[in-house]
Amino acid sequence: MLKDQDRIFTNIYGLKDKSLRGAMARGHWDGTKQLLEKGRDWIVNEVKASGLRGRGGAGFPTGLKWSFMPKESDGRPHYLVVNADESEPGTCKDRDIMRHDPHTLIEGCVVASFAMGAHTAFIYVRGEFIREREALQAAIDECYDAGLLGKNNKLGYDIDIVVHHGAGAYICGEETALLESLEGKKGQPRLKPPFPANMGLYGCPTTVNNVESIAVTPTILRRGAAWYTGFGRQNNHGTKLYSISGHVNRPCTVEEAMSIPFHELIEKHCGGIRGGWDNLLAVIPGGSSVPCVPGAQMKDAIMDYDGLRELGSGLGTAAVIVMDKSTDIVKAIWRLSAFYKHESCGQCTPCREGTGWMMRVMERMVKGNAQKREIDMLFQVSKQIEGHTICALGDAAAWPVQGLIKHFRPEMEKRIDQYTANAMAHGAVLEAAE
Amino acid sequence: MSVRRLAEDTVQPASFAFNAQNAAWAEATIKKYPKGREQSAVIPLLMRAQEQDGWVTKAAIESVADMLGMAYIRVLEVATFYTQFQLAPVGTRAHVQVCGTTPCMLRGAEDLIKVCKSRIHAEPFHLNETGTLSWEEVECQGACVNAPMVMIFKDTFEDLTPERLEEIIDSFDAGRGAEITPGPQIDRVYSAPEGGLTSLTTPDAEPKKAPARKAEKDAVSVPPSNAAKPRTDADETDPALKTPATAKVEAAANAEVKGDTRAEGGATASKKAAKPALDDPNRPAAVERPAAPDDLKLISGVGPKIEGILHELGIFTFAQVAAWRENERAWVDSYLNFKGRIDRDDWVRQADALARGGEAEYIRVFGKKPR
Repeated sequence: MLKDQDRIFTNIYGLKDKSLRGAMARGHWDGTKQLLEKGRDWIVNEVKASGLRGRGGAGFPTGLKWSFMPKESDGRPHYLVVNADESEPGTCKDRDIMRHDPHTLIEGCVVASFAMGAHTAFIYVRGEFIREREALQAAIDECYDAGLLGKNNKLGYDIDIVVHHGAGAYICGEETALLESLEGKKGQPRLKPPFPANMGLYGCPTTVNNVESIAVTPTILRRGAAWYTGFGRQNNHGTKLYSISGHVNRPCTVEEAMSIPFHELIEKHCGGIRGGWDNLLAVIPGGSSVPCVPGAQMKDAIMDYDGLRELGSGLGTAAVIVMDKSTDIVKAIWRLSAFYKHESCGQCTPCREGTGWMMRVMERMVKGNAQKREIDMLFQVSKQIEGHTICALGDAAAWPVQGLIKHFRPEMEKRIDQYTANAMAHGAVLEAAE
Repeated sequence: MSVRRLAEDTVQPASFAFNAQNAAWAEATIKKYPKGREQSAVIPLLMRAQEQDGWVTKAAIESVADMLGMAYIRVLEVATFYTQFQLAPVGTRAHVQVCGTTPCMLRGAEDLIKVCKSRIHAEPFHLNETGTLSWEEVECQGACVNAPMVMIFKDTFEDLTPERLEEIIDSFDAGRGAEITPGPQIDRVYSAPEGGLTSLTTPDAEPKKAPARKAEKDAVSVPPSNAAKPRTDADETDPALKTPATAKVEAAANAEVKGDTRAEGGATASKKAAKPALDDPNRPAAVERPAAPDDLKLISGVGPKIEGILHELGIFTFAQVAAWRENERAWVDSYLNFKGRIDRDDWVRQADALARGGEAEYIRVFGKKPR
């Protein structure tokens, strides 16, 4: 188990002083100037060496992403954009960072902006996080008052942080859709290339990072990449905020080391599965966009990018949704289909039409009012959505359905059989064949 | 994708204008974005318009478009794309947004929706009979570990039961919504596990500091301790002295023979170099360190460093500072090399207020919080 002194977010539950003074007492903002004095290349290399992978779901190496930014400005300003549009069902880690430990994020913005030559950082907070936005803004104001931000600040690097917000669109968590939204347009993803590192916000080089990725970097730099690589397996280093929801005895958000076994995570922090481990039906281990994994396989799973990929799923945002045997799994996945249908931006036809189509078929599957061959058709259609859209929302909508068919096909068939057996009760009229 | 249209013309007001406060806010918000990129402010402005009127009216959309120099259709696109904008009037006392996505559904959001249906209206986005309440099912609100939850205006109410939701709805309907504490409605701290922490239980962990840098910082910022120095009259033992005593005396003597203005400069210069002696009769009386010394930092002008020096001088309470006479003030002032700041900041009056009634008295006397 991760020791308390190795936890980066020391005030994640908001029990301690949230102010700048309190954050400093806990070791944040310590020697930030000296970190900057070590130079851009040192910071980028150290982040690369730490093996930090983006915490927003895709797991792209953060240091590598930073190194894509042009070294010299061609006259256009550089921007850092922090993706705080945390909307993935199951995920609620960034919320706690912003409302209880905002100084980790603000200091991270300074370091990251410096590392990519940006003088302005935008933090795009989802519209529903109103209190979180207020807390973050208050912390930023505090830093301006203390001379840590703004022009001619104590750190010797001019940096402004602007808090922006959305208005309830899941798709704005996609980086180019976020940039569109930040420019004051509908949040519809852009075609890539050009990638944001060349043409991002306002047509300028931009890097978009998740809140958690940015917030952990100052601590990594202070304590060294070697400390950070001490946690987790090869390629999966570091610590991670897990948010465990659903049918566990005590749902919570907790910072733990990567590669912690699922069993240990649940027993240590969540008081076990509701009704015991034998009652575990399935787990969605990384937010709604990854396929579900049957409980039997999940018990010994290693919670990291590679460990969950071996199980045909993914770590995503480490939002663990646990379902016990009282769950109607078909209905649970149908609800996710309804979510994706609601959140599709409508730009690409496969996604706009396909998500609605899948939701309607799933709705019939929940009742069992379907043909068994339709299960194959549903799988086939989901494959036609996956990979045929501009952004990954199409994939994200397809995967839960695919996961359901892969692991719970017998359950779906059983339901169809039941419905057919009771067809008279549903008002079917038997007609003699001519 | 959901189809969203503006409300019927019959409910649309004829015009919209930000009130004075919001107009000032809007102007400041637009300035946050680079020149020529004012369009970025469209979402914040529409949101503020919604806060003001309760929903986004057609007039508000046009007004925001005019403020930002955007075509009406571009703002209309934004208003209809983002589902947080209410395009029709909602309940005046509460618009209950129930999260119905899978994590909340697993923990019983369907029962919450039933409550809304029976308590408010069978259909979402419809006002109840008195027009005070409305509800809708929203997608994930990002409070999944506190499921099930609802959001009412700016606050979230988490870890709900159907009974608790009814109570909350009743309170809002009665106009007493502000009395309910937002956040988890069970005995639980935010997103921490119910029934006690499983992590971060170490009491106030030591600040994380790299030892090497700490030493370096200490070397420059903390003055050497005077604790082991003998207390004598001899100039040589004065810790502030860096040059031989004779040279100092000569310098002081030189300064004094020069003209008036120069003399003042010279005197300050020598003060800077040589602190007044510790056994000077003007030095304020020292006391033993009490069990709970006052927080001298509450006095405007005293920081952690000055507080440390005052402690070295045996000054620990507000009452001591409040009792300083003029000569004592002058001595401390020159000891700290403060050039009259003690009188300028009026430490004595500040300390007097703090000694009499703490922070509350201070606020009463000075009309602001200490520091």
